[in-house]
Amino acid sequence: MDLYEHQGKELLRQYGIETLEGVVATTPDEAREAAEKLGGTVAVKAQVLTGGRGKAGGIKVVKSPDEARDAAEQILGMDIRGHTVRRVLIEAGAAIATEMYLSITVDRTARKPLILFSTEGGVDIEEVAEKSPESIVRLHVDPLVGLLPYQARELRFSAGLEGDVAKGVGKVLSNLYEAFTGADASLVEINPLVATEDGRVLALDAKVTVDNSSLYRHKEIAELHDVEAADPQEQRAQEAGLQYVKLDGDVGILGNGAGLVMSTLDVVAQAGGTPANFLDVGGGADAEKISAALDIVTSNPEVKSVLFNIFGGITRGDEVARGLMTAIERSNIELPIVVRLDGTNAEEGRRILAENTPQNVHTEETMLDAARRAVELGRG
Amino acid sequence: MAILVDNDTRLVVQGITGREGGFHTGRMLQGDTNVVAGVTPGKGGQDFEGVPVFNTVEEAARETGANTSVIFVPASFSADAIFESLDSGMRTVCCITEGVPVHDMLKVSDYMRMLDATLIGPNCPGVISPGKSNVSIMPQDIFLPGNVGVVSRSGTLTYQIVNELTQRGIGQSTAVGIGGDPIIGTDFIEILKKFEADPETECAVMIGEIGGNAEQLAAEFIQSEMKTPVVAYIAGFTAPEGKTMGHAGAIVSGGDTTAQAKSEALRAAGIRAATNPSEVAELVAEALRKG
Repeated sequence: MDLYEHQGKELLRQYGIETLEGVVATTPDEAREAAEKLGGTVAVKAQVLTGGRGKAGGIKVVKSPDEARDAAEQILGMDIRGHTVRRVLIEAGAAIATEMYLSITVDRTARKPLILFSTEGGVDIEEVAEKSPESIVRLHVDPLVGLLPYQARELRFSAGLEGDVAKGVGKVLSNLYEAFTGADASLVEINPLVATEDGRVLALDAKVTVDNSSLYRHKEIAELHDVEAADPQEQRAQEAGLQYVKLDGDVGILGNGAGLVMSTLDVVAQAGGTPANFLDVGGGADAEKISAALDIVTSNPEVKSVLFNIFGGITRGDEVARGLMTAIERSNIELPIVVRLDGTNAEEGRRILAENTPQNVHTEETMLDAARRAVELGRG
Repeated sequence: MAILVDNDTRLVVQGITGREGGFHTGRMLQGDTNVVAGVTPGKGGQDFEGVPVFNTVEEAARETGANTSVIFVPASFSADAIFESLDSGMRTVCCITEGVPVHDMLKVSDYMRMLDATLIGPNCPGVISPGKSNVSIMPQDIFLPGNVGVVSRSGTLTYQIVNELTQRGIGQSTAVGIGGDPIIGTDFIEILKKFEADPETECAVMIGEIGGNAEQLAAEFIQSEMKTPVVAYIAGFTAPEGKTMGHAGAIVSGGDTTAQAKSEALRAAGIRAATNPSEVAELVAEALRKG
């Protein structure tokens, strides 16, 4: 789960990391009020769960409350990479001396937390890695031991930090590691981490991703989940215990198991079609679940045909066939549906379908044939 | 031979009286698995379909000589269950549970490495050596004893491919589902190493997907260290960036995490990479003919 900048900063403050004073506004008038309260130059920043908002015009620095209102008027409702801006963060200004970069992620290969630090902040870290890789310091932390003082020293000396800045960065680093483990984060990124002219070290931005599997032990973070920002179908699927991802195409896809569904999408693309979604119905042949899944897939108006790809393992093919029949009857879907059943009791399952299903349901024996058929039928 | 589980496997089921644990223990008992014990804290002294239940893994190991464990406990207790089995002497541990927090897994995998133990999973279907031992939730009926080793990040996709192999009369030495999470106990390379050392395995199948770069690292390993032919398949060519495709670890988050990049790396290393599951079986048949 991704946190908005203002939520991420709230988390960092709880772990003792300093940020600038800020107020969240949802209307231009609230933005004006906030700017008045903060006084002087302020930044009006779009709150969206995507990068590149600066380039998209989602951040404006203004000198008066009226200008803040105008800026908020422009930014609120703006579309940034498919995300609608519904909130802005009004933040006080600061006299910045240097911009740095600091993040902690989970390194999948090393199976350890990885700290990245650079004296070149404010730009994309991938860009820094390409142009001046020598400016990046990398440190792996042993998850059982935690961050050690010598590692913080190593970072300081490798990066050539001195005086107040060195001290300030060291403190932020140990606090950020605490935040990373304390909040079960898979990413905490401060870009830029700035040193002000009066020697303070502050987080000017915050990008935090919390591991979804850990949300049961972070109720306060789970409550921040933004229902409005989610795709309505994705939201519905989540509530029904289904994994659904909306895509751009017109062949609706359902299957059991994440790997098999991904593979089904690929095979549809190879057959010349474009998948409309990813949907994993999981194990079991429950008619309820299949109905809910069919409803979600076909509520996308782009969908022209549906491909239902099931490999019966422990769930037997005949049970799946019965569940599917009930679901089709209930949902009253007229779109062509191609069913491919394989694995345990698949023949029996196919026989049940052949005998009982309405005309818009077609069965195929292999994944490839089913994909071709679904693409063909979608073209009408 | 075979790898990880075989006729010497003496299995303890952690969470044997739970819904999932009970259901799959029943299935494993019907097969070739020697299930010697179950563990559910507080239910020690009972028995489950003839299998004695203990309060702790330590007690189960002491009383029954269990040497392998499979875990079905809920995600919030899984890390603790893995630590318990490792501390009780289990050196092959299979965690089926989905949704184990990443930070728990970081600690577990770190600890495991100090003990020279093998953890399969979490969020995996388990391990099966057909005709010898089934420590998994996989449907035993689709397997056939034989000489092809299968290693995969996915469950049903493995069944799909194994079924195609079996239908062609190509049997399997061992099939390992390593799991779909970002942090897993055992990676492709560690399993491929075991297949390479197993005299019974004549060809290996690697089933990967989007996310991370484990497939690229495996490609390097296969090219430099393996004589056993390998057939690979990667799923997720059509996955968009930044969306989790079911498995927590299946997410495109940069150039080298795409299915395209992985397949290219495999082919560049001279490895047969199939474009769909049926082609995997064809390529395996071809590899076995050529030897």
